[in-house]
Amino acid sequence: MKIVVLVKAVPNPTGTPEIGEGFRLKREGVELALDPGDEYGVELGLQLAEQTGGEVTYVSMGPAGATAAVRRALSMGGDRAVLVTDPALAGADALATARVLAAAVGRQPFDLVIAGAESTDGYTGTLPMAVAELLGVASASFARRVELRDGAIRLERQTADGYDVVECPLPAVLTVTAGVASPRYPTLKGIMQAKQKPFEQLTVADLGLSAEEVAATQTVERVDAAPERGRGELVQDAGDGAARIAEFLAEAKVI
Amino acid sequence: MDFDLTEEQESFRRTVREFAEEVVRPRAVEFDRTGEFPLDIVRRMGELGLFGIPFPEEWDGQGADLTTLCLAIEELGRVDSSVAITLEAGVGLGAMPIFLFGTQEQKRRWLPPLCRGEALGAFGLTEPGGGSDAGATRTTARLEGGEWVIDGSKAFITNSGTAITSLVIVTAVTGERPDGRKEISAIVVPAGTPGLTVGPSYRKLGWHASDTHELTFSNCRVPEDHLLGERGKGFSQFLRILDGGRVAIAALAVGLTQGCLDESVSYARERTAFGRPIGAFQALQFKLADMRVAVETARLATYRAAWLRDRGRPFTAEALIAKLHASEVAVAAAREAVQVHGGSGYIDDVPVARFYRDAKILEIGEGTSEIQRLLIARDLGLPDARS
Ligand SMILES: Cc1cc2nc3c(=O)[nH]c(=O)nc-3n(C[C@H](O)[C@H](O)[C@H](O)COP(=O)(O)OP(=O)(O)OC[C@H]3O[C@@H](n4cnc5c(N)ncnc54)[C@H](O)[C@@H]3O)c2cc1C
Repeated sequence: MKIVVLVKAVPNPTGTPEIGEGFRLKREGVELALDPGDEYGVELGLQLAEQTGGEVTYVSMGPAGATAAVRRALSMGGDRAVLVTDPALAGADALATARVLAAAVGRQPFDLVIAGAESTDGYTGTLPMAVAELLGVASASFARRVELRDGAIRLERQTADGYDVVECPLPAVLTVTAGVASPRYPTLKGIMQAKQKPFEQLTVADLGLSAEEVAATQTVERVDAAPERGRGELVQDAGDGAARIAEFLAEAKVI
Repeated sequence: MDFDLTEEQESFRRTVREFAEEVVRPRAVEFDRTGEFPLDIVRRMGELGLFGIPFPEEWDGQGADLTTLCLAIEELGRVDSSVAITLEAGVGLGAMPIFLFGTQEQKRRWLPPLCRGEALGAFGLTEPGGGSDAGATRTTARLEGGEWVIDGSKAFITNSGTAITSLVIVTAVTGERPDGRKEISAIVVPAGTPGLTVGPSYRKLGWHASDTHELTFSNCRVPEDHLLGERGKGFSQFLRILDGGRVAIAALAVGLTQGCLDESVSYARERTAFGRPIGAFQALQFKLADMRVAVETARLATYRAAWLRDRGRPFTAEALIAKLHASEVAVAAAREAVQVHGGSGYIDDVPVARFYRDAKILEIGEGTSEIQRLLIARDLGLPDARS
């Protein structure tokens, strides 16, 4: 089975990234790391490849400094990586990014493209579906469990109040949630081998795309701080504490 | 001079740090309280390849070096000394003698599971009657009908009684040398050999989740081919083992000192007194500055010793210096870290309280500070008190 995992280098995933010019995240001159949300897709891809004797290719778009983050995925496992990096892509929006990734993925035959449900920097959550559309294949989102069927995948799709069981023909684009697999740590051997694995760097022109096709059509007007989260509600237990908590949870549709 | 680690070593250090933070830290208090050996974590460390770091791939090792092992021990030691010493002893004392002195057949038999972290080896040198004076070994082994018959006892042996302990390497008197001194040899005793009794776990000041037992050997028989390396070489063998072991202990001390510094800096930023963060008081700033100097100098000494060994150069004196300095600054840093934390530093579940209890052994194990000084002085060519 030929599996592609989309991975992204994000600035400072555990802290607050800096906003630069044009309200865009600063991606140059800052430390970039593999998006922690992508590690679940990497793990799933590796497990499916192990089950089927298949192979995993990572595809990423990002600044030249993104190589270390992509190599992190290679050190977990997989066969090769492709990074599309081009000054023309600075400030690319979700649609432009989807065009680039679809072009990079579409260079080779594939059975399954796996992506995180959303990136931990942009959070648009729209990219994978756009990639599926551009590739002209089926898509399924928010998988929390994935099983291989003959020529298809069967997945549990996370919803607000449970999950749907969905079957999706291959080839397809799939997005996964954190529950889908628990990511392995790279071993020392994996880290050493990652350096030997094929790692291609492509420009927009290499993909046969024009500058217009990858130009952003969206602009960011403003960036505001997220509103402070309100304080939680304190339930004083006057004998009815348990019932009130149950009520609250039912209201929130958790139970 | 090049002070940079390789790119791979940097990535590896980051991985072990993540593992230590995500997998070990959440369990550290539990292990410290219960004293239970963290078997599941050891298994995961095995999957990460940590127990095979300095051994060739041929034996299921990772083909790396002592410096890389030090990075792993340091990162674990920053979070939990018990887990770090389990790795240090497993690699440095359990597997290393087999790799360095074993025959092909012995390596083939014992090394791969040790490198994979599926089994643990232990090294029994210290006896109830004495550790520093290893020449005074009383445990004996005599050849009888193609078997070594071992009698005696060993004290404080790390990793000797876990569910996955596969063997103990013991030093024993196997005869007398032409000069009248004891002939000491090392013999591999597989776990579960009749006549080997593993005593109950000690209740220790620190290193609660590290596995330590007294071992007694009574008419304990192993095949003749369990002799490790040459007969009569036991003394020089363990001196060589301790060279590398000391560097690894120094790395553990560096990790603990770094842990003390990290905890203290973050506490000094948050905690307020007299209307200011306590970190604004120069008295505490100086403590933290000293701690930083301590960790930097200890790390330099440790990495340099490891670097020498990885280049096949003599490193005995550098190992002694690193072990002595790193363990002493660790004990001092732990004391000051508790001080920075005030009363909360005295509460058991606070990391620095655990660090304080865990630090002291670093000045004792794999050669006490006195023994390090004695050997460093001897290396200066000073007269020997024994002669
Ligand atoms: C938790 C733990 C784990 C251990 N793990 C192992 C293990 O896996 N394998 C193993 O073999 N051992 C192990 N040990 C034993 C350890 O290495 C010894 O305790 C240590 O070497 C000191 O020996 P001792 O306890 O017999 O002290 P002693 O040798 O009796 O020393 C007592 C004191 O006298 C000092 N002293 C002794 N001789 C001199 C001298 N010539 N000049 C100046 N001062 C001197 C010492 O420095 C010390 O302060 C472990 C110990 C502990 C506590």
